[in-house]
Amino acid sequence: METFSYVKAPNVEKALASADGAKFIAGGTTLVDLMKLYVETPKTLVDINLLPLDKIEKLPDGGLRIGAMVRNSDLAWSEEVKKSYPVLSEALLSGASPQLRNMATTGGNLLQRTRCMYFREPSAGTPGGYGCNKRTPGTGCAAVDGFNRMHAVLGTSDKCIATHPSDMCVAMAALEAVIHVEGPKGKRTIAFADFHKLPGETPHIENALEAGELITHVDLPKPVEGAKSTYLKLRDRASYEFALASAAVVARVEGGHIRYIRVAMGGVGTKPWRSREAEAALMGKPANEAAFKAAAQAALAKAKPQKDNAFKVELAKRCLVRSLKTATATA
Amino acid sequence: MSTTPAGIIGRPTPRIDGPLKTTGTAKYSADFHIEGMAYAVPVIASIASGKIRTLDTSAAEKMPGVLLVLHHGNIGPLYRTVPGDGDATNSEVRSAFEDDVVRHWGQYIALVVAETFEQATAAAAVVKADYEAEKPSVRESLDDYTGERKKGSHRGDFDKAFASAQVKVDQTYVTPIETHNPIEMHGSVAVWDREQLTMFETTQGVVNHRVVMAQTLGVPIENVRVVTRFLGSGFGGKLFPWPHCAMSAVAARKLGRPVKLSLTRKMMFSSVGYRPRTEQRIRLGASSDGKLVALSHDYLNNTSMLDDFDEGCAEATPYLYSVANLSVTSALVRRNLGAPMYMRGPGAVPGLYAMEAGMNELADELKMDPVKLRIVNDAEKDEDKNIPFSSRHYQECLEVGAKKFGWEKRTAGTGSMKRDGKILGWGMAGASWVATRLPCTAHVEFHSNGRVSVRSGTQDIGTGTYTTFAQVVHEKTGVPLDRIDVVLGDSSLPDGPMSGGSMVTGSVCDAIAKASTEAMKKMLALSTGIDGSPLKGAKAEELEFADGRIRKKDQAAGDPEFAEILKLARIDGLSAEGKTVPTWEDPQSKDKSLHSYGAQFVEVEWEPEIARLRVSRVVTVIDAGRIINPKAAANQIAGAVVMGVGMGLLEETVHDQRTGQPINGSMADYLMATCADSPDIDVTFLDHPDPVMGEYGARGVGEIGLAGVAAAITAAVHHATGMRVRELPVKIENLLGAKVLQA
Ligand SMILES: Cc1cc2nc3c(=O)[nH]c(=O)nc-3n(C[C@H](O)[C@H](O)[C@H](O)COP(=O)(O)OP(=O)(O)OC[C@H]3O[C@@H](n4cnc5c(N)ncnc54)[C@H](O)[C@@H]3O)c2cc1C
Repeated sequence: METFSYVKAPNVEKALASADGAKFIAGGTTLVDLMKLYVETPKTLVDINLLPLDKIEKLPDGGLRIGAMVRNSDLAWSEEVKKSYPVLSEALLSGASPQLRNMATTGGNLLQRTRCMYFREPSAGTPGGYGCNKRTPGTGCAAVDGFNRMHAVLGTSDKCIATHPSDMCVAMAALEAVIHVEGPKGKRTIAFADFHKLPGETPHIENALEAGELITHVDLPKPVEGAKSTYLKLRDRASYEFALASAAVVARVEGGHIRYIRVAMGGVGTKPWRSREAEAALMGKPANEAAFKAAAQAALAKAKPQKDNAFKVELAKRCLVRSLKTATATA
Repeated sequence: MSTTPAGIIGRPTPRIDGPLKTTGTAKYSADFHIEGMAYAVPVIASIASGKIRTLDTSAAEKMPGVLLVLHHGNIGPLYRTVPGDGDATNSEVRSAFEDDVVRHWGQYIALVVAETFEQATAAAAVVKADYEAEKPSVRESLDDYTGERKKGSHRGDFDKAFASAQVKVDQTYVTPIETHNPIEMHGSVAVWDREQLTMFETTQGVVNHRVVMAQTLGVPIENVRVVTRFLGSGFGGKLFPWPHCAMSAVAARKLGRPVKLSLTRKMMFSSVGYRPRTEQRIRLGASSDGKLVALSHDYLNNTSMLDDFDEGCAEATPYLYSVANLSVTSALVRRNLGAPMYMRGPGAVPGLYAMEAGMNELADELKMDPVKLRIVNDAEKDEDKNIPFSSRHYQECLEVGAKKFGWEKRTAGTGSMKRDGKILGWGMAGASWVATRLPCTAHVEFHSNGRVSVRSGTQDIGTGTYTTFAQVVHEKTGVPLDRIDVVLGDSSLPDGPMSGGSMVTGSVCDAIAKASTEAMKKMLALSTGIDGSPLKGAKAEELEFADGRIRKKDQAAGDPEFAEILKLARIDGLSAEGKTVPTWEDPQSKDKSLHSYGAQFVEVEWEPEIARLRVSRVVTVIDAGRIINPKAAANQIAGAVVMGVGMGLLEETVHDQRTGQPINGSMADYLMATCADSPDIDVTFLDHPDPVMGEYGARGVGEIGLAGVAAAITAAVHHATGMRVRELPVKIENLLGAKVLQA
């Protein structure tokens, strides 16, 4: 780990004032890990744990405001979230371990970085190092010819095939959350779908945050009346593993037909993967197996499997079909 | 349940060291903080094959707090141990920094020692090696091997019998490289006091460790002491010293300061052994009624460039079943990987996976119940060595297991069994593990403070050895458990065995029983000769030692405690020695085939719609002789079953094919079974004492619980999904082709 200086910010203003060339540290479960690996080498850490951003509040319009410092466990176990946004609670509880969830925050989770093994190793140029355009732009992508069972099949480019690892983000994509940030240029909001970036030619640019911007909170829109939501995560072992494929679905069925549908997938995309293709294939259709299968087909139509992860295409389809069944079940 | 001393053997007994562990006061090796200690961090090679052209340590040497950078150029002489010397077993042939050749990724190339761990870590990161790199040989599959094969057990004419067999199986089974992942990482604290070296080590064998360190360092054995009070398990990875041990000792000698070296989890994947990959061809020939007529086992396992590590996959093959024609061959395949090392149930565990998977396929070919197939082929004697078994209840394991599991309700069709919207798969396999009693010594001592101590130079690697030994002393002397001190984990104690091969209980309990009896005899003699003793002048034959007291057999009164006698005699302690005769010298056991047996029954739940497979239930029946402490023993078996779930479905070390690096070397990426993956486990011990295994007839239970689990899982997977997976672990991608898509 490189030496760094450390500042504990008592409030948002101070945090922003110290942000130049610094990194905010929330739970530290991503950041400290990557600092130990020299992937992150901040000169300054601005500790934001004292900021008054740890509340979950009902908004006047019926939505929910989640402070950036709300811990993943607190969010998952919040009565309001369990009742009105079960997909989010389920997604959070499927992630990491209880210890990690107790530390991890909403803001930190939005910005957690890929678990691509090659991203975590020394870069090309050092003996035995690996190319990683995300870690060191221009060095290539060792994952393409490497062990890539865990890698993405959607949204990849020839520069990067790293999976976005978050479960929480998949649920938030389906819930159409809005991210509130504050920075040197003031406050602004970012729609969830616009927050994470596809790797394209610039895999090191992962999101829409600008230098010095702090996430203050995330707003969830008012729960969709009559809708059900669910999260399903498939993986090798029963706990403490990132998704091989996951799906978040929010659906409302009326008279046997789908009248509201939001679909997002995890474990398969280079960002939390909202599938408008699946949504289009389902909207207005009868809620039955044939429609679900067609939607899964549509969702994965553009999938580009790598040498070790072709199975993810089929697995993601099954995951989606099962989630759609659960979310549209009448019982 | 009996609570008398006589009933203590076989009584579920909580660990006497439990409170130390639950309160964090048990001292593991890395917990020893010695005044003036410096910290060492290894630098590892980032290539798998080549030569170190230059090693630039200048930047590191200038870093704050750095005391020493040790490497090939300045380590000074280290000596190899003699290959095959059973008293000085080493993990690797090559000693630390011996040459400038890199033979595997992760090989140590330097050691940075600094005032603090952080300083050493920071400086280690700036040691720069420049290599003449070569393309490493790290190909995963071993099927490119074309060299000679070593012949193993052999009887009859396999080729002829197999050719004419009515029903045949001919398949190759593969087990991947698996990494030992004890919770406690390897560590070494070296302290020199002039010529005397004390090492606080993470070892499963303090006595052997001491000999190896003395030989490696070139110092008299009397000058070395090795201490391991507690071990956070080892699974075989900590049996013998690794190069980092000598590195810390040399650094400490050079600096004249204690040095602590702890490995990182990442280094655990490259530097301290692993179960090698095995590729095992099994051929089984049977008559149409299921009688085996031919069996062959031809296996390959990878090894390192310098070490000849034979996994010994055919350990159980020649004796488990009765078959007239048998052949075993094997070969080692060199790879640019670290030295392999024994892992829980070495040889037998991967070997039985293959053989028992083959037996299950044979049962399917025969349309015969797999339990019955095994019973039909049960062996009456060890046909390999042509000697009788000391005690074999394999058939009973199978029958009891089938009954407990409810095996008779099994319907054979793929996906034919269901529960709660899930398909059930049921599978089973047999298990076996060798038993041996090693020579060893124990001392039992009565102290004037009323306590009894028992000492032996073995160690408790987390299995419950402390408690088992106290039980034996309690049974013999009647002194309550809370007045018994068990002293282990120190090479200065009387020679005790390695904690490996499930041999500690069966070996040391005998020596302790003898030492206790001897010490009691001495106490009786003392009590009759001391002035003021109420027993003065009595004849030893009239006396007995009971409940920690000495009394006349015919009267209850006048029964002094042993401590009173010692005080009267002004003696602080009275001790006696007991020795265990090894099984190969004892006339009772030397011509017997000594093994434990077991049966594993596994249920998996399969949800084809989402390709989710979980092991839901395991019934395991174990015939391991007398069980001294059923609580600790059941814990060993249940833990092994969970490890079996990992072996069957999860564990696999993946090496990047370009660099030879174990690329999933972390606890997040190398998958082991979590609590959530642990099935309901029902453990039964048959508890038939082995008549030739000393006073208690115990054979030990550390390893057998893992044997057979993976084969039972793959059979259950086949039953549920119709997919026959012959390469472990069974992964989701192997099951997506299952035909039945609905539960
Ligand atoms: C072993 C392991 C397993 C895991 N498994 C899973 C899993 O199965 N599923 C899953 O979803 N996640 C998993 N995680 C990831 C975990 O969810 C994230 O590490 C966690 O959510 C990050 O939150 P944090 O508060 O600790 O972030 P930090 O590490 O503190 O910060 C992460 C990044 O966000 C920035 N940041 C933090 N807060 C703000 C803010 N308010 N404004 C601007 N920038 C900010 C930091 O500067 C840093 O760059 C796992 C992590 C580990 C280590």
